[in-house]
Amino acid sequence: MTEPILDIRNISKSFGALRASNDVSLDLRPGEIHALIGPNGAGKSTLIKQIAGNLRPDAGAVWFNGRDVTELDTVARARAGLGRTFQISSLAMEMTVLQNVVLGAMGHRTGPFRFFRPVMKDRALLAPAMQALEQVGLEEFATTRTADLSHGQRRQLEVAVALTLSPRVFLMDEPMAGLGAEGSHRLMGFLDELRQQAPILLVEHDMDAVFALADRISVLVYGQIIATGSADEIRANPEVRSAYLGEEEDA
Amino acid sequence: MQRETLINIIVLALLVLFPLWAWQADEPFMITLATRAVILALAGVGLNLALGLGGMVSFGHAVFFGVGGYAMGILASHAQSYEPIFEWPFLFEGSKFMPLIWLVAILSSGLAALAIGALSLRTSGVYFIMITLAFGQMFFYFTISWPAYGGEDGLSVYVRNGFPGLNTLDPIQFYGICLAILAIVLFAMSRLARSSFGLALSAARQNEERVQAVGIGVFRLRLMAFTISGAITGLAGALFADLNRFVSPVMFSWQTSGEIMIFVILGGVGRLYGPVIGAVLFIVLEHELGGLSEYWHIYLGALLLGVVLFARGGLIGVLAGREVAHD
Repeated sequence: MTEPILDIRNISKSFGALRASNDVSLDLRPGEIHALIGPNGAGKSTLIKQIAGNLRPDAGAVWFNGRDVTELDTVARARAGLGRTFQISSLAMEMTVLQNVVLGAMGHRTGPFRFFRPVMKDRALLAPAMQALEQVGLEEFATTRTADLSHGQRRQLEVAVALTLSPRVFLMDEPMAGLGAEGSHRLMGFLDELRQQAPILLVEHDMDAVFALADRISVLVYGQIIATGSADEIRANPEVRSAYLGEEEDA
Repeated sequence: MQRETLINIIVLALLVLFPLWAWQADEPFMITLATRAVILALAGVGLNLALGLGGMVSFGHAVFFGVGGYAMGILASHAQSYEPIFEWPFLFEGSKFMPLIWLVAILSSGLAALAIGALSLRTSGVYFIMITLAFGQMFFYFTISWPAYGGEDGLSVYVRNGFPGLNTLDPIQFYGICLAILAIVLFAMSRLARSSFGLALSAARQNEERVQAVGIGVFRLRLMAFTISGAITGLAGALFADLNRFVSPVMFSWQTSGEIMIFVILGGVGRLYGPVIGAVLFIVLEHELGGLSEYWHIYLGALLLGVVLFARGGLIGVLAGREVAHD
């Protein structure tokens, strides 16, 4: 078995009496898409925040690339190679599309402490930025103000910014949310290829997408992982059916 | 050419032509007025980096203005009395040499901004406004109660400081110095706004989470901007003190912080020439309306209210429209 790149070891996090993460263990291996699913309120967001570095777990550890990153903040984890996309698009809205990807390239390459040279003429940053836009199909919109993009295009831009970081791991929080059938389908095809570049931890509500894409699926219910396995195993798992899939069918 | 660029050129041309006219017409008071506008504009350009580009609403920029002013006052007064400022660890004597005074003003106000920023930038929003205001008041009361340099009465400097090759007591020559400094700083700011640093700082204002997610620490970014911002306002303070040949605790008062902020808001927050237009307008209003009524601030208040309610982009916003993202 290959070494996991991202290894979440027995992390727990409580808010008062609520155990948002209860002894969660999860790993991500090279070349795979590992999907995390679970009903609303299962603690997916809390878990993502602990992986990205916004929240510190009460117990347990997050290992990334063979080192313990539990004490590192979001900035340090991004630098270590964690490429994150947000559930609600998180972009600099007044800037152009190209400026947003250049920002990512700058964060990964030169850093922000250059005061005199025009950044939008820096070829070393523009090249990877444009390449990321082409990869997600946004190159025509390079000079568009980000606030003028459609919802779906913003989701694509989120992914493009993550691409400029050349991350070791993608952490994607509901990238399909609000995309519509055609958009979802396109993004699925894209993620399918992307896993060769770096593995993806995918938190997603769209069950069709998850079952079509994921190499492995983990199911989170009430802060606990109740099952991890292939799509078929998860479908067949009676506990998952009653706790999660069943609920959806009733609804 | 973009409309904003055209406006900027017109403003700069007026700043060159108006004092030349006043010089020809033998109106030294008008030159002094223009000098005041240019110096206050420089203070505003400093604040605009923190407030406009960085989104840090500092209500304590009077600190840096005052530190710059007192840097000049202390250096010059020691030069007058021939007493060194300190002898240990090295001999540091007073000076009437402008470039040295500017350097000391920039370094000391930059250092003050670094220290104040390091503490204040741990907060945000209203707390940031209040803590910067509190630092301002601290400096204000400290200078009032510090007798060594005049306390409440302030500190007079009898002869304006010197610049090699120029007669600084000639109003038009001193004006030339101030305008040259403003132009250099404006050029540097236009480059900075388009640099990596400017892009990251502006992005951090719009979306902190985004900047962190690409591996850029927001605190260091803002602290650097705040320090540069304070240093520029400090340089303006040194020039302001030289213009008046007088420094007093009033430079540290919260009204000063408020006025610097008014220049920025009137002219256009985050626009390169915003504070320049704001400061010029302020001086024009002070001169014209001040002649009509002692209570001219009422009209200023009404104008400010109008700008905040109907013209968020300030005067530049009205004239040139919404800011265009840099290409």
